[in-house]
Amino acid sequence: MRNLLAALAGGLFGTGLLLSGMTDTKKVQGWLDVFGAWDPTLAFVMGGAILPMAVAWVLAKGRRPLLGGSFPERSAPKLGHNLVVGSVLFGMGWGLVGLCPGPALASLSFGGPPVWIFTLAMLGGMILAPAVRTRLDAATAAA
Amino acid sequence: MPVEWLYGLGGGLVIGLAGAVFLLANGRIMGASGIVGGLVDGTGAANRTERLAFLAGLIGFPMVIALLFGFVPPGNVTTSPALLIAAGLLVGVGTRLANGCTSGHGVCGISRLSLRGIVATVFYILAGGLTVVLFRHILGII
Repeated sequence: MRNLLAALAGGLFGTGLLLSGMTDTKKVQGWLDVFGAWDPTLAFVMGGAILPMAVAWVLAKGRRPLLGGSFPERSAPKLGHNLVVGSVLFGMGWGLVGLCPGPALASLSFGGPPVWIFTLAMLGGMILAPAVRTRLDAATAAA
Repeated sequence: MPVEWLYGLGGGLVIGLAGAVFLLANGRIMGASGIVGGLVDGTGAANRTERLAFLAGLIGFPMVIALLFGFVPPGNVTTSPALLIAAGLLVGVGTRLANGCTSGHGVCGISRLSLRGIVATVFYILAGGLTVVLFRHILGII
């Protein structure tokens, strides 16, 4: 049952990404291009996605997940260097080709070689990340 | 174009619904980079099948839709392998360092007013915007 609902959630996520235009890299780059022909669509996508999610968080309060277990704890509001440096690096890659992890995976089947190359490199980056984190932590501790 | 905004809003609602299902049923946060990353570096071994099932849906549903409706994918921003590899590496390293991407920090984080989610979103949008300005308007590469 857990796997079935996980697949359903993943499927809805992919469908939403496709419908909203998030898999269209030109559109995504258009949203980031405030000095060009700015495309506000992504603001609507974000707003639309946050709405049901906010309701879900309210519903989750004081309850347990339907399939058992417990809801993820709210992490301490710690704003470390990893959060900032990581987000900046991610944003640079996102701006360069207009792909972030969800839409890249959602368009794997029809995106062709550009999406495959990007996704493989992304997986490589994820493998490298722990080593980068160790160095970054060491450099920050030394500073 | 207003029609595209409506598609954006509709698609966004479906994305939020997906996140709500994953949270309320499975008790998990729908973050694309976290779900994949945990498989790649082994930190998510405990719930491996749940992650794989999510990915099967995420890749499979759009594939079926594309097949059924003859969906023609829009052209990509770039086909330069060097740019694609550089961007992929940046996204892979960055999202794992920051512990989240557009779905985890952006959608799931902001909707519960998480300070980390809001700060991450501000930084990746700023960095993305500056990157487009630099590479499109100044260097003329993309």
